[in-house]
Amino acid sequence: MAVLSPRGRRRQSVGAAHRRKQAIVAWLFALPFVAVFAVFMLGPLLASFAMSFTDFTIRDIRDPFAVNIVGLDNFIGVFSDELFRKSLLNTFYFVLVGIPLTMVLGLALAVALNSGIERFRAVFRVGYYTPVVTSIVAVAVVWRFILQDSGLLNTVLGWFGISGPDWLNDPTWAMPSIIAMAAWRNMGTLMIIFLAGLQAIPSEVYEAAEMDGAGPWRRFTMMTVPLMRPTLLLGAVLLSVGFLQVFEEPFVMTSGGPLNSTLSISYFVYNQFGYGAYSFASAGAYVLFALIAALSAVQFRLLRSKDV
Amino acid sequence: MSNIPTPTVSGPGRDSATDARRSARRRPRLSRGVTYTALVLGLAATLLPFAWMALGSFKTQGELMQRPITWWPQEPTLDNYTRWLTQLDFGQFLTNSVVVAVVVVLGNLVFCSMVGYALAKMDFPGKRALFLLVLMTLMVPGVVTLIPMFVLVSNLGLVNTYPALILPFLAGPIGVFLMRQFILGIPDALIEAARIDGAGEFRVFFRIVLPQCGPPLATLAILTFLGSWNNFLWPLVVAQTESMYTLPVALSLYSVGSNGTYYGLLMAGSVLVVTPILVLFLFLQRFFVQGIAMSGIK
Repeated sequence: MAVLSPRGRRRQSVGAAHRRKQAIVAWLFALPFVAVFAVFMLGPLLASFAMSFTDFTIRDIRDPFAVNIVGLDNFIGVFSDELFRKSLLNTFYFVLVGIPLTMVLGLALAVALNSGIERFRAVFRVGYYTPVVTSIVAVAVVWRFILQDSGLLNTVLGWFGISGPDWLNDPTWAMPSIIAMAAWRNMGTLMIIFLAGLQAIPSEVYEAAEMDGAGPWRRFTMMTVPLMRPTLLLGAVLLSVGFLQVFEEPFVMTSGGPLNSTLSISYFVYNQFGYGAYSFASAGAYVLFALIAALSAVQFRLLRSKDV
Repeated sequence: MSNIPTPTVSGPGRDSATDARRSARRRPRLSRGVTYTALVLGLAATLLPFAWMALGSFKTQGELMQRPITWWPQEPTLDNYTRWLTQLDFGQFLTNSVVVAVVVVLGNLVFCSMVGYALAKMDFPGKRALFLLVLMTLMVPGVVTLIPMFVLVSNLGLVNTYPALILPFLAGPIGVFLMRQFILGIPDALIEAARIDGAGEFRVFFRIVLPQCGPPLATLAILTFLGSWNNFLWPLVVAQTESMYTLPVALSLYSVGSNGTYYGLLMAGSVLVVTPILVLFLFLQRFFVQGIAMSGIK
C-alpha cells in the first residue's frame, strides 16, 4: 500500500508518541545510575586515557587543560622504567602461580564437598568461605605476624625439622608467601562457583562411567574436568581480573619489598601517583587495563568457541 | 521365580557374594573417611589465622615478642583493645566505615534496581549501548580511574569528606547486572497487565517489580556492604586525616612505620575490622554464597 489511511497514520503517530514517552521514562529510571556512572567511571576512564598522552603532573591539578600533548612518551617511559618492568614480571609471577594454585585448591574443595558428603557440608562450606569475606588488610596484617622469622609458620615447620626462611624479608620467598595468602583468601570463591558447576552435571553420566569400570581418577579427568570447562574458565577469568590488580597484600605485608620483589603494577601506579607523576601513572594503569582486557577477551573466546 | 538374589544360608557362592557387597559398601565409607579427615584438617589450617589473630590480640607486647612462641595468652590483657578505644579513635573509624557502607548500600539498592528495571522491561534508544558499557566496566581496574577521580574530587573541594568516600560507589555495574538479570525473569504479562490497568511506570516499578526483588536486593545489599567495608585503595587516597579514616585505612596506617612492631595492637585492630563482617556472614551466609554464585555464574 502506497498511501497510509488517515487512521493508520494516526495509529502510527500514537505509537511513536508512546515510544517517545517510554524512552523518556526509561532514561529517568536510568538517570541516577547514569549520572554516577558517567562522573565516576566513564569520565575518569576517558580522562585517564587522555592524560596518559600528556605531561600532566600534580602541579596541573587545578588546571587540567593547561598541559602539553607528548604522544607516546609516557608509554615509552614506563616500558623503559626498570621498576615498571619489574612490577610487570612480579605481577605475572603472582598470576601465573597464584591462579593454578587457587584453582586446584578450589576444585579440590568443591569435588570433596560434592562426593557424597552430607553431614557437616554446610559447616565446611561456611568455614572455607570465611577468608573471602574478611578485609584483605586485616588478614594481611595477621599473615605478616604468622610469617615472621620465628613466627607461627616457622614454629610449626620446626616440628618437622624444617627451618623456614624469614618469609617476607627474603626476596625469594616474599612473593610465594603473598601468593599463598591470596590462594587462601580466594579458594572459597572458586569452591562455591565450582560446586555449582559440579552439581549441574547429571549423576547418570557418572553412573554410566562407573558401570564401564572407570575409577575415581579417570572419572575426574575424563568427565568432570571436560564437563566443567565453562565453569573452570569462568573461575580463571574472575580470578585473573582480580589477581592482575594485586595491591593490598604487598602494600600491607611487604611495602613492595624486599628489593622490589613484590612490587605489583597497581603498586607501581600508586607510587607514581604519590610522587605526583599523574600522566606517567596513567600510562602504567592503562597497560594494566590492556592486559586485563586482552586476557578476558582470550578467555571469553575460549569459553564461547568450545562450549555453549 | 524371582531373580532377586536372596541371601542363602549355605552354598559355595555365599561368602564371596556378601564380601563383594560389603566391600562395595565399605570402600566408599573408607574414602569418605579420608575425605572427612582431609576436609577437617584443611578447615583447621584455613581458620588457624583467625584463631591466631584472636589469641594474639590478648597478649602483651612482651609475650608477642617472646621466643619460642606461646599459644595461649600467658597473662591475658585487654590493653590492645583499650588502646584502640582510647588512644586511637576507634569510634570515629567505625562510624566512618558504617556511614559510608550504609549510604553506599542504599544508593545501590535504589539506583541499580531502577536502571535494572529499565534495561530489563523497557525499550529505549541507547539501551544496548548502556548495557554493554556497564558490562565492559566490570573489569576496569581501580587504579585506572584513581587519578582523574582524585583530580575531580580535589577540584570540587571534596577531599577528606564523606561525599568523596561515598559518591563514586553509589551505583556500580555489578548491581545493575544483578538486578537486570533478575527482573528479566519477572513475567512480562504481570507488568503488561498493570500497564493496561493504567499504572504508570513508577507505580509498576514500586508496586509490582520491587516487591518481588527481595532475594536479589538482599544479595546486592550484602555484596555492596562487603565491598564497601573492605574497600581500601580509594579511602586510603581521599581520607587524609584520622577523622575520615575507615577501619581498613586506620589499620593499614598503624601497621607501617614505628607502629608496625606493635603486633598486639594490630591483632586487636584486625579483630575489630573482621568481627562485624564475620558476624553478618554467619547470620546471612546463605545470601553471601548466593551473591557469589549469582554475580559469578550468570
